[in-house]
Amino acid sequence: MSIALQVTDLAKTFPVGKKLFGGAKGAVKAVHPITLSVETGETLGIVGESGCGKSTLARMLVGLLPATTGQIEIEGEALNTADPAAFGKRIQYVFQDPISSLNPRKTIRQIMNAPLKLLHKMDGPAREKRILEIFESVNLRADFLDRYPHEFSGGQAQRIGIARALAAQARILILDEPVSALDVSVQAQVLNLLADLKREFGLTYLFISHDLAVVEAVSDRIAVLYFGSVVEEGRAEDIFANPRHPYTKLLADSAPVVGRPISDPEDAHAELPNPLDPPQGCAFAKRCPHASDICRKTTPRLEQIGADQRVACYHPL
Amino acid sequence: MSAFFKLLARNRLALGGLIVMGLVVALALITPLLPLIDPDVTNTADRYLPPFSPGHLLGTDQLGRDLLSRLLWGTRLSLAVGFAAALFAAVAGAAVGIIAGFYSGRTDNIIMRGVDMLMAFPYILLALAIVAALGPGLVNALIAVSVVNIPFFARNIRGITVGLAHKEFVDAARLSGMSNPRIIVSEILPNVIPVIVIAMSTTIGWMILETAGLSFLGLGSQPPQADLGSMLGEARSALITNPHTSVIPGIMILIIVMSINLLGDGVRDALDPRLKSGALSRPMAATRVDRKDKPAARTQTDGLLSLENLHTQFHVKNRVYKAVSGVSLSVKPGECLGVIGESGSGKSVTALSIMGLVASPPGVITGGAARLEGHDMIGAPYPELRSLRGRRVAYIFQDPLATLHPLYKVGDQLIEAISCHRAISKSDGRAKAIELLKSVRIPNAEQRIDSYPHEMSGGMRQRVGIAMALANDPDVIIADEPTTALDVTVQAQILSLLNDLRRERGLAIIFITHDFGVVAQLCDRVSVMYAGRIVETGPTMAVLNAPAHPYTARLIACVPELGGGKRKLEAIPGLPPSVDDLPTGCAFAPRCLRAQDACKQGEIALDGMGPRAVRCLFPETNVAEETA
Repeated sequence: MSIALQVTDLAKTFPVGKKLFGGAKGAVKAVHPITLSVETGETLGIVGESGCGKSTLARMLVGLLPATTGQIEIEGEALNTADPAAFGKRIQYVFQDPISSLNPRKTIRQIMNAPLKLLHKMDGPAREKRILEIFESVNLRADFLDRYPHEFSGGQAQRIGIARALAAQARILILDEPVSALDVSVQAQVLNLLADLKREFGLTYLFISHDLAVVEAVSDRIAVLYFGSVVEEGRAEDIFANPRHPYTKLLADSAPVVGRPISDPEDAHAELPNPLDPPQGCAFAKRCPHASDICRKTTPRLEQIGADQRVACYHPL
Repeated sequence: MSAFFKLLARNRLALGGLIVMGLVVALALITPLLPLIDPDVTNTADRYLPPFSPGHLLGTDQLGRDLLSRLLWGTRLSLAVGFAAALFAAVAGAAVGIIAGFYSGRTDNIIMRGVDMLMAFPYILLALAIVAALGPGLVNALIAVSVVNIPFFARNIRGITVGLAHKEFVDAARLSGMSNPRIIVSEILPNVIPVIVIAMSTTIGWMILETAGLSFLGLGSQPPQADLGSMLGEARSALITNPHTSVIPGIMILIIVMSINLLGDGVRDALDPRLKSGALSRPMAATRVDRKDKPAARTQTDGLLSLENLHTQFHVKNRVYKAVSGVSLSVKPGECLGVIGESGSGKSVTALSIMGLVASPPGVITGGAARLEGHDMIGAPYPELRSLRGRRVAYIFQDPLATLHPLYKVGDQLIEAISCHRAISKSDGRAKAIELLKSVRIPNAEQRIDSYPHEMSGGMRQRVGIAMALANDPDVIIADEPTTALDVTVQAQILSLLNDLRRERGLAIIFITHDFGVVAQLCDRVSVMYAGRIVETGPTMAVLNAPAHPYTARLIACVPELGGGKRKLEAIPGLPPSVDDLPTGCAFAPRCLRAQDACKQGEIALDGMGPRAVRCLFPETNVAEETA
């Protein structure tokens, strides 16, 4: 297996309170140095709650945000310029809100034409042929091409978003909450389409979501993000069944499951860490029932535990 | 385009403005073809002829020049200068605004501070200064008026662009390989053009006035050339002796500016999407009720709150959206009823109809009853409804940030919720508010009471929302997707809180959601909605373990459950029907594998034994047998 995407120590810090001249007052570490690799043909799921840095990570991976430090290698080649056009041919993005990711004043044909024309310099007839092929593979009718985005339902619009990503002929897709804006019956349609496309075109996915069950259903491996760091990584079937990090366990216990009695798995109501004033040591220590002195002093590193699992914890479960 | 004209024509004043403006513009356009006397030929013998003199319909001015001819030529010039100035200001202002808004950061700061400086001068002073620097003349006046108006356009367009530049479609365009200038031209510009047009239509009249003002001061058009402002200026000395020389151009200015402004307002109203959607029209205090058969005002019911055959529709233009068609349900004290359905299934509208909270227009309750202890609340007089809202029946909404007022402290909002229904002293109110915050397990309630909503996390805000719902010890709480916007760990906390509260206080809860996991954990009974109807109802575990309606069965199969590993999900092909065009018979039939011809004919009743019922001719499990 070859590595499709290798991320080494990728981090992002946002300056806060920037002035017209001179530097910023403070800095928020949205993403702490992250090292991840995704094999060709694999789906890596990324879960985390709001504010954990998953969207910032995704936007860095496609070049929409320049990374503060670290590097991104796609299919063995380093990409260090934050230029979406350079990234575009290799890695593409599917957005959370399908309707707002389509320009309301352009027809679907114009939207589909852009990547083919600008990234691949195709001529008119070749573009038309390619668009029809892609539409065929995402089960959309060709007469949709002359319509405007507001005429589509969420599920159809998300297929168009996927079609646009495919048009760039990237082999890696970043799927940023691709189904969370959709109804459950439509959600399954889109997830199945994604699975079919992956098989057909040999794609590699990075699937970002807050919905544990969805991530588990589509991923080969899962990385759990908390406060900008990967706290645990492992195979999809193991990670929630057999969590080693207390946070992963908290997530798994919180998810509503049919047949489990209602309970609040977290007794203490510790406040979430403040990004402007991050705690020393492990960010989860304040909420963690197993935290000890070392947890509050130094940040644990992500280390191998068991055959296929990595965890950043001094006291793994 | 034709829709735009239809909207415009609906506004009588705007239509009037359009007609008058059209006439004036037409007149200005054909002026060179008319058999007029040369406007600049003087004839001092005929000075100050009154209107209707032979050969001079509107009379003559102080040099004996024909006023009609000067008026028409002057109008032509004034209009041309006004339009040109507006166009120039719009193009320059929009360019500045788009660049500032799109590039943001330092570029934005520097450009906008420059614009602010331009705005700091009184406009006429600035125009005078520009003309003084460039020298008098119509072209210079045009430049001055344009420059003075650039800030208005720049600020307007920048605001819109800042919003657009962070839209996902702009990111998508970047990933499609577009460069920044290309994104500005092909993605941003088409979306700001309507705003530019709106801004132009409302300022063009103003610019004509400003140009006339400069000419009046002698800084615009130079003699003998006539424009409306200079005509007024020259006639000023004879204002008392020969008023017609100033009244005539004055009336023309009035007509032009008035008609342009009326038209401009109409254009703005027709183009502005917020006005178009009716969002700015104030909804009535309670939903309009228009029931053909009035149910008895009071009957005996089993439940604390029960709905009987509720119908709620939205009447938009000539379409009727049947959001809720015949929903019946009831809850007992201490019971939790789950209402589950996809978006558009009518679950939220059902909930809002109970207390008459559906926005009217366009919402209308067309049938049925909502009874609290047997007493029908639909169509109840507004003061009565108001005293019930929040006191007997309280709501918890999805987005706590939108429910709480951002400018008031949460404690004050809680006290307000109490004092709406009963007089309470300030200190008692505060004590009660702290008690409420404690009851929803907010740590440091004594300090938190003085926080503003933005200072709290999403979970904390939703706790405040729940505390507010509990403020008057209601009997029924209607929770509309209260945990959908929250993270899973927070969701678990909120659900467990709601569960404890209903056990402690004997609350009846109607819990609206789309999540089967949540329903399974919290609700005693569940009703499944599809296209405005309940298709299945029953005890939660019975429904989840052996769903009878094919829709319920397949919806459950769609939802991945944690612990299942990687797998292929069952999807339901197709889309739910639009509620303005429901098929006859079962609304799910077109997507159903079990559907037969009988399903597409006539009404299907919600049938069943005991607590379970299903609206299906060919159910997955036989409800009657199972209960028997």
